[in-house]
Amino acid sequence: MRMNRRTALLGAATMGLAGGARRVRAASKYSPGVTDTEIKIGQTMPYSGNASAYGVAGRTQAAFFRMINDQGGINGRKINFISLDDGYSPPKTVELTRQLVERDQVLLMFYSLGTQTNTAIHKYMNQKKVPQLFVATGASKWGNPKAFPWTMGWSPDYHTEGAIHARAILSALPDAKIGILRQNDDMGNDYLDGIKEGLGPDGWKRVVADVTYEVTDPTVDSQILQIRNAGATAFLNVTTPKFAAQAIKKAAEIGWKPKHHLMSVSASVGAVLRPAGFENAQGIVTAQYVKDVSDPGWADAPDYKTWKSFMDTWNPTINPFEGSSVTGYASAITLVHVLKQCGDELTRENVMKQAASMHQLEIPMLLPGIKLNTSPTDFYPIQSVRLARFETDHWVLFGELQSRDVA
Amino acid sequence: MAAIVNGWAMKKGFGLVAIIFWIVLALLPMVGLITEDPSFEYYMFMGQSMLIYAIAVLGLNLLIGFNGQISLGHSAFFALGAYTAAILMTFGGWPFWATLPVAGAVCFGAGFLFGFPALKLEGHYLALATFTLAIAVPQLLKYKPIAPWTGGVGGVLLDKPEPPEWLGLSVDQYLYYLCLIVAILMFWLVFNLLRSRSGLAMMAIRDHAMAAGTMGVDTALYKTVTFGISAGITGVAGGLSAITIAYVAPDSFTLQLAISFLVGLVVGGLASLPGCLIGGAFIVLVQNSAQSISDWMKTTFALRYDVPAWAIYGVLLLLLMYVMPTGVMGGITALRQKISGRRTTRVNAPSSTVVRPGKTAGETTPAA
Repeated sequence: MRMNRRTALLGAATMGLAGGARRVRAASKYSPGVTDTEIKIGQTMPYSGNASAYGVAGRTQAAFFRMINDQGGINGRKINFISLDDGYSPPKTVELTRQLVERDQVLLMFYSLGTQTNTAIHKYMNQKKVPQLFVATGASKWGNPKAFPWTMGWSPDYHTEGAIHARAILSALPDAKIGILRQNDDMGNDYLDGIKEGLGPDGWKRVVADVTYEVTDPTVDSQILQIRNAGATAFLNVTTPKFAAQAIKKAAEIGWKPKHHLMSVSASVGAVLRPAGFENAQGIVTAQYVKDVSDPGWADAPDYKTWKSFMDTWNPTINPFEGSSVTGYASAITLVHVLKQCGDELTRENVMKQAASMHQLEIPMLLPGIKLNTSPTDFYPIQSVRLARFETDHWVLFGELQSRDVA
Repeated sequence: MAAIVNGWAMKKGFGLVAIIFWIVLALLPMVGLITEDPSFEYYMFMGQSMLIYAIAVLGLNLLIGFNGQISLGHSAFFALGAYTAAILMTFGGWPFWATLPVAGAVCFGAGFLFGFPALKLEGHYLALATFTLAIAVPQLLKYKPIAPWTGGVGGVLLDKPEPPEWLGLSVDQYLYYLCLIVAILMFWLVFNLLRSRSGLAMMAIRDHAMAAGTMGVDTALYKTVTFGISAGITGVAGGLSAITIAYVAPDSFTLQLAISFLVGLVVGGLASLPGCLIGGAFIVLVQNSAQSISDWMKTTFALRYDVPAWAIYGVLLLLLMYVMPTGVMGGITALRQKISGRRTTRVNAPSSTVVRPGKTAGETTPAA
């Protein structure tokens, strides 16, 4: 390709024709943000404010693109990655996104973080026809190519995960009496929809308690008692970290030992299981899709070694055990794949087309067997997880790969 | 217009500058016809944000700069105004412009009611009481019984208003004019208020509440009404922000917003009307510049670690306060005095004692 372009350029120069120059352009089609030497990519990320812990993902991606550039870039083009701090505030996200799209002229927005913040720019991105790629939120609404053909998620969404947990309970305990505790917000509702799908109409009859709490509540103790008293033998714990720890502790206190499923948003060993007490958390089940880097079992895996050496060389200021560094890394690799697939046709249309044609794609640091699949009607790249059980002080994977598609 | 001109002017002859300034602001969208700059619409959007923050700062200035009461909770009224506009547009099908007076009225009511108990509090205690508003409101917006209207955590998505075709304006130019017209109206309102007997009473309360009371000013009434008007103006700004952003969510109205209003106010200059515009611009521009400076430092000096943007913001703020302790407008006035070598007569703002209420009320800090 490069040779062709040079030959064409030579021809144009010899003839001194403007038309020749136009023909050169035709060989490689670009949208704003792309030149022969550069691809401009934008992002908003909460580097400050309440959610600043997630900023690790953006820093890791910046380091990763520096490494890619050092190795020669993507098809000879360097990535110019502009990641701006929106402090998790939707109006700021709108302002910065408009700055990136209209002033800085980025090709696409990548892995901007937060459900509210992405909601604020959802319409705008689709009106402007600029890819809002691999948004970093678990909400289910990002995979709606009919209404929003320029927006795509990345991680398994809450709906998918809820469905998988529900099916796992039914297959392990066919006569289970199910209790659900969920946060009363969009996340809780997304999970509930998934659980309903996973259980099916018959399974839903097994639900003896579906209890909610507010994120402003001090504790969920009374809710736990309510679910226990309803006679639940299986427990779907759809809570955020603080409440997850409370629920685990309370259940142990009252001697209630249901089959306990904990959603991945609260599966952090450090933030949830340690405060709840490891002895209270034995046997709890969760779902994972990236490798847990605190698990010594992966030490010999080739992709773990590559990741570790990347972190040591290019991203030494970040604690490698902060979870967002792994998802940030894996999503950046996914973007590089899409851009490579685009070849020299780096238009926004082609970016979406390539993003929507991933087929059995394997990405480092995802759990073995998890593959990315998308199509023009399927905008959910990762839809598989593996279940893990808490043993002693870490998660142990068990069972087959679980996907929503197979349902 | 003439009123605003007078408000702008500290003395005769300076009024022309104000007229020219508002006209320049009104002509800015026309630049879009000349330049082919694709980012022009973005600059129009920035202009909207600056005007909106300027109005919010104006509301706060009326309270702090002209009446001597402190509020750390004006983000709450901004949120209330924004949600009022959003809910009326979504569930009432109201046209966007009609929601603004209602947003202002609702916030006036809320501010007036809050003003009653707050009357018992002075200075730092009032600051703390209003602080609770700023903290409570984002959580209250998620409260379950009202979630069908507020949208809970998810917030409310709106449609941006379409400009009528005969105007020939783009959406952002149109919204810019909306913000500009509302801003001019609000500045005109505040200016006239300050020139009236009520305005004099407000400032008298600020300068010496007891003396004002002795002279027959109903201090309690004036303080609550001022709190209400201040909240109302900030509420209108909130309504405008809902219309221009086309989305409201609890996370948009955090304590940090209340603090930015205060920063904008102090940077622009307490008890200065043009200072509000400077404050509005400062809120929008300086946060972004801090990040650019941080990036520039990292690449230029090949630093291993990021320079925290908020630390740079802090340093910028400190420098500014060191160079111009009474805000930009105060600094400009001081500079003019130095150059002309004579004292200008102070009209609107004889003194500002807000930071030292009570005992040291006699101490004065000149403001623009």
